[in-house]
Amino acid sequence: MLTVTGLRLGFQAGRSTLAAVDGVSFAISRGETFALLGESGCGKSVTAQGIMRLLPAAGRVLGGSVRLDGSELLALPEAEMRSFRGGRMAMIFQEPATSLNPVLTVGRQIGEVLERHLGLAGAAARERMVELLRQVGIADPERRLDEYPFQLSGGMKQRVMIAIALAGEPDLLIADEPTTALDVTVQAQILDLLAQLQRERGMGMLLITHDLGVVARMAHRIGVMYAGELVEVAGREEFFGAPRHPYTQALFAALPDVSRRGQRLVTIPGQVPALAAMPAGCRFADRCPHVMAVCRERAPAWRVAGEGHALRCHWQGGGQAEQFAGHAVSELDLDSGRPFLAVADLKVHFPIRRGLLQRTVGHVRAVDGVSLAVSAGRTLALVGESGCGKTTVGKALLQLVPPTAGSVRLGETELAGLKGRRLRAARRHMQMVFQDPFSSLNPRLRVGEIIAEGIAALRVDAGGDPAAVVQALLAQVGLPADAAARYPHEFSGGQRQRIAIARALAVQPELLICDEPTSALDVSVQAQILNLLKNLQAELGVAYLFITHNFAVVEYLAHDVAVMYLGRIVERGRAEEVLQSPHHPYTQVLLSAVPAPRLDANVQPVRLAGETPSPADPPSGCHFHPRCPKAQALCRERYPETTELSATHAVACHFPG
Amino acid sequence: MLAYIVRRLLYAIPILIGVNLITFALFFVVNTPDDMARMQLGVKRVTPEAIEKWKAERGYDKPLFVNPAVSGLSTVTDTIFFQKSARMFAGDFGRAEDGRDIAREIGLRMGPSLAIALPTFLLGLFVTVTFALTLAFFRATAFDFWGVVLCVAMMSISGLFYIIGGQFLIAKMFRLVPISGFGDGLDAWRFLVLPVAIGVISGVGASTRWYRTIFLEEVGKDYVRTARAKGLPETLVFFRHVLKNALIPILTGVVVVIPLLFMGSLLTESFFGIPGLGSYTIDAINAQDFSVVRSMVFIGSVLYIVGLILTDISYTVVDPRIRFE
Amino acid sequence: MTGFQVVVLWSDILVWLLVASGIGLGVLVARSPPLLAAWRRVGASRTGMASATVLFAFIAVGLLDSLHYRVALDGKPGQKVQYGVEVLSVLDALAAPLRTRNEKTYSEPFATRLYAKETMDVPGAGAVRDYPRLKHGGKHLGEREDEVAADAGFTALRGAALAFAVWLGLAGIAAALAGGGTAAVDGPGWQRIWRGDAGFAWDAVLLTLLLMLLIAVPLFWLSGQYHVFGTDKVGQDVLYQVLKSVRTALIIGLVTTLVMLPVAVLLGIVAGYFRGWVDDVIQYLYTVLNSIPGVLLIAAAVLMMQVVIDTHPQWFSTAAERADLRLLALCLILGVTSWTGLCRLLRGETLKLRELEYIQAAQAFGVSSWRIILRHILPNVMHIVIIALVMDFSGLVLAEAVLSYVGIGVDPTMTSFGTMINNARMELGREPVVWWSLAAAFSAMFILVLAANLFADAVRDAFDPRAA
Repeated sequence: MLTVTGLRLGFQAGRSTLAAVDGVSFAISRGETFALLGESGCGKSVTAQGIMRLLPAAGRVLGGSVRLDGSELLALPEAEMRSFRGGRMAMIFQEPATSLNPVLTVGRQIGEVLERHLGLAGAAARERMVELLRQVGIADPERRLDEYPFQLSGGMKQRVMIAIALAGEPDLLIADEPTTALDVTVQAQILDLLAQLQRERGMGMLLITHDLGVVARMAHRIGVMYAGELVEVAGREEFFGAPRHPYTQALFAALPDVSRRGQRLVTIPGQVPALAAMPAGCRFADRCPHVMAVCRERAPAWRVAGEGHALRCHWQGGGQAEQFAGHAVSELDLDSGRPFLAVADLKVHFPIRRGLLQRTVGHVRAVDGVSLAVSAGRTLALVGESGCGKTTVGKALLQLVPPTAGSVRLGETELAGLKGRRLRAARRHMQMVFQDPFSSLNPRLRVGEIIAEGIAALRVDAGGDPAAVVQALLAQVGLPADAAARYPHEFSGGQRQRIAIARALAVQPELLICDEPTSALDVSVQAQILNLLKNLQAELGVAYLFITHNFAVVEYLAHDVAVMYLGRIVERGRAEEVLQSPHHPYTQVLLSAVPAPRLDANVQPVRLAGETPSPADPPSGCHFHPRCPKAQALCRERYPETTELSATHAVACHFPG
Repeated sequence: MLAYIVRRLLYAIPILIGVNLITFALFFVVNTPDDMARMQLGVKRVTPEAIEKWKAERGYDKPLFVNPAVSGLSTVTDTIFFQKSARMFAGDFGRAEDGRDIAREIGLRMGPSLAIALPTFLLGLFVTVTFALTLAFFRATAFDFWGVVLCVAMMSISGLFYIIGGQFLIAKMFRLVPISGFGDGLDAWRFLVLPVAIGVISGVGASTRWYRTIFLEEVGKDYVRTARAKGLPETLVFFRHVLKNALIPILTGVVVVIPLLFMGSLLTESFFGIPGLGSYTIDAINAQDFSVVRSMVFIGSVLYIVGLILTDISYTVVDPRIRFE
Repeated sequence: MTGFQVVVLWSDILVWLLVASGIGLGVLVARSPPLLAAWRRVGASRTGMASATVLFAFIAVGLLDSLHYRVALDGKPGQKVQYGVEVLSVLDALAAPLRTRNEKTYSEPFATRLYAKETMDVPGAGAVRDYPRLKHGGKHLGEREDEVAADAGFTALRGAALAFAVWLGLAGIAAALAGGGTAAVDGPGWQRIWRGDAGFAWDAVLLTLLLMLLIAVPLFWLSGQYHVFGTDKVGQDVLYQVLKSVRTALIIGLVTTLVMLPVAVLLGIVAGYFRGWVDDVIQYLYTVLNSIPGVLLIAAAVLMMQVVIDTHPQWFSTAAERADLRLLALCLILGVTSWTGLCRLLRGETLKLRELEYIQAAQAFGVSSWRIILRHILPNVMHIVIIALVMDFSGLVLAEAVLSYVGIGVDPTMTSFGTMINNARMELGREPVVWWSLAAAFSAMFILVLAANLFADAVRDAFDPRAA
């Protein structure tokens, strides 16, 4: 149905044009899902925009052809292209929060597609809209039609986006990272919805994603993109069974997984070449473990490797290469021992002020009675979806947010309410690594100054010349010595995260609070950071409180796990206990909602209805009961006591198991 | 929402008190009434008796805050602060140097001020928004480029030039309309055309550029891409999606000046001899009539605060996110 | 050469302080690569550099006019030296012919006769009403008054030739400079300038320079023989007035910002960073000040200042000092009324910044609040300050004219665009019209403000993080 041949797209930069997509060809037939897989900056989103002819202002079509059922889209006049857009082909974007017009009602935004492409208006249109909303699984559609986007949750916004896309009854649906901005439980819902709609309507679907799990869940055929080129195209069995291109193989090998515990993850050295400096030969050559002389001279041509399986690579080697097995990292088999950080009944409430005199009418219970303990040299993973309060816990531990109640004991010192010099002394023992490597480094300071800041502020006796200490730290996190004199903007995301880790390590803390340190990074870079964190733990014996929503990382890294829901911990225990035999229904759902990058992933996962309620107004009784498949009358009335399943494993549920 | 508006109203009170205190400090503490008297009567030959007489005539012979000479409530009320500053809250502005009641004068002069300012405001808004929308629609073309050049050039020209030049060219050279003056009833339009036109033109440069920036910012947002992905024609994308969102910052920036329209424009009114509040203020400044200037400062502040409250209300009208909260 | 006494006016101190801080800032910028990169982007912008060249010319005039002295009066030897009451500047000395060759009243540009008829005693003809001959304008022509056009044209041509020669020299220096830089691009300097590859918009600078020289050199050559812009009511040369107005405009535009900058930056950042009651107090303060319509607050404050000045004549030894202090007071008043905008911007930006992770990282290290403000927040809001600084300049220059017209601007004895316009506008009613004073003032102001606006745009584009 859709045939893309030799598509070249570029961006105008000054007087020159840089090709971001360089000769991409693929085809999608009716009822098929074709996934474009790649890391950030590989040109997959640009490809989608190019097909829709919705490139940003600086974008240019440089060549190639895009045909939809025989019509050449790139040659159509703009006016005719408009009847394709939203009609025969529709698109869903990554950010449902910004992709809907904030000042128009949902009905208006769906209605304009009906009016434009089907000529529907008035009562007929309204009837159709209600039907559409019902199809995308929105309850009470009549009411929702007259609401504004800000009144909907993130998942519902994406459902509305899907309804808008479906309104024109498209033959082709382009979904650009449709679930990246959503929580795992909501992601599972949306993916199910997309798969079901596609089956019912026989649409072709182009799915853009960086997530191998999503690919395994959705795709019939997969194309892997690297540096603006497709490098491998294969059907799902072939792709997951025997990936051939070294890049594809490395992507799989870099994924953290429980089976790789205690091993180094495979990383891809170096970086994607810049658009302005593309190598003449194979674009992956500089980072490829199998690189040969010919790779640097000639760009490889397409080579058929099997039924519907083609790749661009000179290397004729077979399946998973041995080099990727990785090296074992000595796992510190530490006893849980005596915890040196003990948190008891920690609460952080933010007041909600309303009314005439701004009286406090309620509280956002961001953290509502959390107890946990971290022992030296171990990793505790704090897992939960967005808004569950896990980041606030981290900040409250460091006293960046004053706790409302509860105690944070570090060794013998009570941190809560501590001020001035004594607080500063205590902060030496804990430091934080933040999520976003771009906003966590001051762009106006040199890397050396950034790293030395903590040493100066906490007056740590780092032993000798600060410059030498900075050098040692840089070496420890694997950065060159000349990095100290440079500015953050000269570094890539992964390197910046290394700098942030060096900064935190500078004051020799015993505990590092890592707040989603890899969620903004690509898989291959994530592997580097995870390896680094493991090494540092082995060398320095530093403990981690690892705040994350990513179960793969938890499985790979954590010794202990605590699962949070709406400000409270619902289940905690050793990693094996929680991950192998989860007892809280929420943990079970969470685990089954994560799309696994395997074909044998659980086919019939437990699905969760609805989305996380607001922590300002948590449900009565057990917070989880409105979404819980096992909820009974008791759950609505009383918050469950914590049940000890073993010495280490505890769960807060009336009906664990 | 009602609570929100009431809260904004209550917040206005301490601000007005602050304004009142500042003006009081400016007019009575920086300079004593004696200084003012000396200034008014001529610095050189002035006798203490004349100063006392001048002060007594205007009620400036009382103490600033506390009057120990009288008893009861009068210790506070029979003072300069209460008589001259606090009573402005009740709309009592006292008398001007020429003995006329300031409040009455203000009431009389609001009409002519509004007759100029309102059409200027409405027409100006229409012209600049249209112009800016056109520029944004044809963004990154030669039309846009030269439009922006024109705007920068126009905003680099002094407002005085527009007035003097316009008066000279239209009224004096071509004698199309009277140079200055004001008429009653339907005849007034002849006097209004030129000042309104000049008022609109002198504002075009800066406003258009500002609105254009707002439009361009909106055009870059994700929902515009969604609208295009629906296959909507570019005009519809602009008028239905971009315009409505851009109106939020534009409207709220504009609403705050609406009450201030009553104050008229100092320059336009004095150049065109329009008997409004603007020329009243200018005359008072030139005559160093402190009572009038003080009153105008107070009224201006009150109107500004009304504008702030109107802005808050207009937010709730145009932005559903605030309306429903 | 008679002796002289250096006079340092308060505004001179501030002007040179500004120059010093400008140089200091330059040194600071040179040591901070991100700022340097931003300024390089300004340097690469053609309009930005063209307007900067024009601004530099204005600033040069203003600086020359900021070195003041009093000439010693001729006294008997042995007596204590007395100095004249008139305070002069280096510019006055350079433009002495313009300053001293006053006519009786109005005369048109390039005129040889006055603009108004007078009754003269002509020997042999008795009392005649005619346009009297100018004392200085076109004096060298003597009786050949009808040859003005030819003479002026010829002089202008010679001036233009000289200007072109000077320009060629300057262009050569520029080519040497452009060629001497990093040799990333081959070819001699002039080729790189021509192709626009020099990384700095030399082509725009040189073109502007050529244009300026072609206008300025002939103009000054001619101004020695004619009143090129005419004379005003008291016969003073309008070109001289224009030159003198430049300093006033620059001071109003720059010193005002200097006055309000520390307050706005400190309060804005403090309000945004500490929040709570500090924020409430600062917000209250600027809402109150903002509530009073700007012009009225300025009017009230200037009126009060006038009373102070008039009732304390003993404070000032010369008229220039009084005018100078009044100018500074005006700057102060304008500053007080204009800091709120920047303060609000900075508060908003600081509110955003303080949630950023690098600030939290610093807090986690227990870095003190003031150190965080100094090290982390201030450098990251600097672009807003710089943008506000250049954006405000043109507005203030325009405002001066309006305020002076309303009568609440600079001292009437001080030459400024506003006072020039104010003095000249009365004469629009005359038949035939006296247009040259207005035209000269408006044109000069337009060029200055346009250059400032264009420069501000270039700076904003270069510093706005969204554009980068």
